[in-house]
Amino acid sequence: MYLGRVVGSVWATIKDDRLEGQRLLMVQPLTPELQPTGKRLICADWTGAGAGELVYWTRSQEASYAFLPREVPVDSTIVGIVDSINLRRE
Amino acid sequence: MILARVVGTVVATRKDPRLEGKTLLIVKPVSPEGKDEGGYLVAVDTVSAGFKERVLLVTGGSARMAEGCKDTPVDTAIVGIVDDMQLD
Repeated sequence: MYLGRVVGSVWATIKDDRLEGQRLLMVQPLTPELQPTGKRLICADWTGAGAGELVYWTRSQEASYAFLPREVPVDSTIVGIVDSINLRRE
Repeated sequence: MILARVVGTVVATRKDPRLEGKTLLIVKPVSPEGKDEGGYLVAVDTVSAGFKERVLLVTGGSARMAEGCKDTPVDTAIVGIVDDMQLD
Protein backbone atom coordinates (compact mmCIF):
# COMPACT_ATOMS: atom_id res chain seq x y z
CA MET A 1 0.00 0.00 0.00
CA TYR A 2 1.01 3.57 -0.57
CA LEU A 3 0.32 6.97 0.93
CA GLY A 4 -1.42 9.63 -1.09
CA ARG A 5 -3.52 12.73 -1.03
CA VAL A 6 -6.86 13.24 -2.75
CA VAL A 7 -6.31 16.07 -5.22
CA GLY A 8 -9.37 15.88 -7.45
CA SER A 9 -12.18 13.84 -8.84
CA VAL A 10 -13.06 12.34 -12.19
CA TRP A 11 -16.44 11.82 -13.87
CA ALA A 12 -17.19 9.26 -16.53
CA THR A 13 -20.70 8.60 -17.82
CA ILE A 14 -19.85 5.81 -20.18
CA LYS A 15 -18.03 3.14 -18.20
CA ASP A 16 -17.95 -0.50 -17.25
CA ASP A 17 -21.28 -1.45 -15.62
CA ARG A 18 -19.56 -2.52 -12.42
CA LEU A 19 -18.07 0.95 -12.01
CA GLU A 20 -21.59 2.38 -11.80
CA GLY A 21 -21.97 4.55 -8.71
CA GLN A 22 -18.27 4.23 -7.95
CA ARG A 23 -16.51 7.43 -6.94
CA LEU A 24 -13.26 8.01 -8.80
CA LEU A 25 -10.71 10.27 -7.17
CA MET A 26 -7.44 11.72 -8.38
CA VAL A 27 -4.64 10.82 -5.98
CA GLN A 28 -1.13 12.22 -5.70
CA PRO A 29 1.22 9.59 -4.23
CA LEU A 30 3.27 10.87 -1.28
CA THR A 31 6.43 9.91 0.56
CA PRO A 32 6.14 9.29 4.33
CA GLU A 33 7.39 12.89 4.67
CA LEU A 34 4.27 13.85 2.68
CA GLN A 35 6.22 15.10 -0.31
CA PRO A 36 4.66 14.37 -3.72
CA THR A 37 6.31 11.47 -5.53
CA GLY A 38 5.42 10.05 -8.92
CA LYS A 39 2.50 10.68 -11.20
CA ARG A 40 -1.06 11.32 -10.13
CA LEU A 41 -3.46 8.48 -10.73
CA ILE A 42 -7.15 7.74 -10.48
CA CYS A 43 -8.35 5.54 -7.62
CA ALA A 44 -11.70 4.00 -6.87
CA ASP A 45 -12.80 5.13 -3.42
CA TRP A 46 -13.80 2.51 -0.90
CA THR A 47 -13.66 4.73 2.18
CA GLY A 48 -15.62 7.91 1.45
CA ALA A 49 -12.44 10.00 1.42
CA GLY A 50 -12.84 13.69 0.70
CA ALA A 51 -10.88 16.40 -1.08
CA GLY A 52 -7.42 17.01 0.35
CA GLU A 53 -7.56 14.00 2.64
CA LEU A 54 -4.50 11.90 3.41
CA VAL A 55 -5.23 8.29 2.43
CA TYR A 56 -3.59 4.99 1.75
CA TRP A 57 -4.29 3.15 -1.42
CA THR A 58 -3.54 -0.22 -2.86
CA ARG A 59 -2.43 -1.11 -6.34
CA SER A 60 -2.73 -3.90 -8.86
CA GLN A 61 -5.37 -6.64 -8.90
CA GLU A 62 -5.60 -6.60 -5.10
CA ALA A 63 -7.21 -3.17 -5.45
CA SER A 64 -10.32 -4.83 -6.81
CA TYR A 65 -10.49 -7.26 -3.87
CA ALA A 66 -11.83 -4.40 -1.75
CA PHE A 67 -15.09 -4.80 -3.62
CA LEU A 68 -15.40 -8.58 -3.35
CA PRO A 69 -17.54 -10.54 -4.07
CA ARG A 70 -18.14 -8.12 -6.93
CA GLU A 71 -15.42 -8.23 -9.57
CA VAL A 72 -14.82 -4.56 -10.23
CA PRO A 73 -12.27 -3.62 -12.91
CA VAL A 74 -10.08 -1.27 -10.88
CA ASP A 75 -6.32 -1.38 -10.34
CA SER A 76 -5.99 1.28 -7.65
CA THR A 77 -8.32 1.75 -4.70
CA ILE A 78 -8.30 4.01 -1.67
CA VAL A 79 -8.65 1.54 1.20
CA GLY A 80 -8.05 3.76 4.22
CA ILE A 81 -7.98 7.32 5.53
CA VAL A 82 -4.80 8.13 7.44
CA ASP A 83 -5.23 9.64 10.90
CA SER A 84 -1.56 10.09 11.72
CA ILE A 85 1.92 8.95 10.76
CA ASN A 86 4.83 8.47 13.13
CA LEU A 87 8.29 8.38 11.60
CA ARG A 88 11.31 7.66 13.76
CA ARG A 89 14.51 9.33 12.65
CA GLU A 90 17.67 7.42 13.47
CA MET B 1 -6.25 3.68 -13.05
CA ILE B 2 -4.52 6.12 -15.35
CA LEU B 3 -5.72 8.66 -17.86
CA ALA B 4 -4.95 8.15 -21.52
CA ARG B 5 -5.94 9.45 -24.91
CA VAL B 6 -6.92 7.24 -27.85
CA VAL B 7 -4.50 7.82 -30.71
CA GLY B 8 -5.04 4.86 -33.03
CA THR B 9 -6.24 1.36 -33.68
CA VAL B 10 -4.56 -2.00 -34.11
CA VAL B 11 -5.68 -4.66 -36.55
CA ALA B 12 -4.56 -8.24 -35.96
CA THR B 13 -5.79 -11.25 -37.90
CA ARG B 14 -3.76 -13.97 -36.26
CA LYS B 15 -4.28 -13.73 -32.52
CA ASP B 16 -5.33 -15.62 -29.47
CA PRO B 17 -8.88 -16.89 -30.13
CA ARG B 18 -10.07 -15.30 -26.90
CA LEU B 19 -9.21 -11.89 -28.34
CA GLU B 20 -11.50 -12.52 -31.31
CA GLY B 21 -13.94 -9.64 -31.76
CA LYS B 22 -12.23 -7.31 -29.32
CA THR B 23 -11.24 -3.81 -30.36
CA LEU B 24 -7.61 -2.96 -29.80
CA LEU B 25 -6.71 0.69 -29.50
CA ILE B 26 -3.41 2.48 -29.17
CA VAL B 27 -3.55 4.84 -26.23
CA LYS B 28 -1.09 7.39 -24.90
CA PRO B 29 -1.01 8.13 -21.16
CA VAL B 30 -1.73 11.80 -20.44
CA SER B 31 -1.46 13.98 -17.35
CA PRO B 32 -4.65 15.40 -15.75
CA GLU B 33 -3.79 18.65 -17.56
CA GLY B 34 -3.86 16.78 -20.87
CA LYS B 35 -0.14 16.69 -21.58
CA ASP B 36 1.39 13.58 -23.12
CA GLU B 37 3.35 11.55 -20.61
CA GLY B 38 5.39 9.51 -23.05
CA GLY B 39 5.06 5.92 -24.13
CA TYR B 40 1.96 4.21 -25.38
CA LEU B 41 -0.08 1.08 -24.75
CA VAL B 42 -2.29 -1.23 -26.72
CA ALA B 43 -5.56 -1.61 -24.83
CA VAL B 44 -8.72 -3.63 -25.25
CA ASP B 45 -11.68 -1.27 -25.58
CA THR B 46 -14.77 -2.29 -23.59
CA VAL B 47 -16.70 1.00 -23.79
CA SER B 48 -16.52 1.90 -27.52
CA ALA B 49 -14.17 4.82 -27.03
CA GLY B 50 -13.46 7.07 -29.99
CA PHE B 51 -10.42 8.70 -31.53
CA LYS B 52 -8.83 11.40 -29.34
CA GLU B 53 -11.16 10.62 -26.45
CA ARG B 54 -9.82 10.77 -22.91
CA VAL B 55 -10.26 7.37 -21.29
CA LEU B 56 -9.79 5.52 -18.03
CA LEU B 57 -7.25 2.72 -18.30
CA VAL B 58 -6.98 -0.33 -16.06
CA THR B 59 -3.75 -2.32 -16.21
CA GLY B 60 -2.48 -5.61 -14.88
CA GLY B 61 -4.65 -8.45 -13.60
CA SER B 62 -7.54 -6.06 -13.00
CA ALA B 63 -7.90 -5.60 -16.75
CA ARG B 64 -9.23 -9.14 -16.93
CA MET B 65 -12.15 -8.04 -14.79
CA ALA B 66 -13.34 -5.64 -17.47
CA GLU B 67 -16.47 -6.52 -19.41
CA GLY B 68 -15.88 -9.61 -21.54
CA CYS B 69 -12.23 -9.96 -20.59
CA LYS B 70 -12.56 -12.71 -18.00
CA ASP B 71 -9.90 -15.40 -18.54
CA THR B 72 -8.48 -13.65 -21.59
CA PRO B 73 -4.82 -12.76 -22.19
CA VAL B 74 -5.37 -9.04 -21.60
CA ASP B 75 -3.43 -6.70 -19.31
CA THR B 76 -4.68 -3.28 -20.39
CA ALA B 77 -8.34 -2.36 -20.77
CA ILE B 78 -10.29 0.84 -21.34
CA VAL B 79 -13.13 0.85 -18.78
CA GLY B 80 -14.47 4.39 -18.99
CA ILE B 81 -14.67 7.56 -21.05
CA VAL B 82 -13.78 10.61 -18.98
CA ASP B 83 -16.32 13.45 -19.21
CA ASP B 84 -14.91 15.85 -16.71
CA MET B 85 -12.29 16.25 -14.06
CA GLN B 86 -11.94 18.57 -11.13
CA LEU B 87 -8.55 19.33 -9.64
CA ASP B 88 -8.65 20.80 -6.15
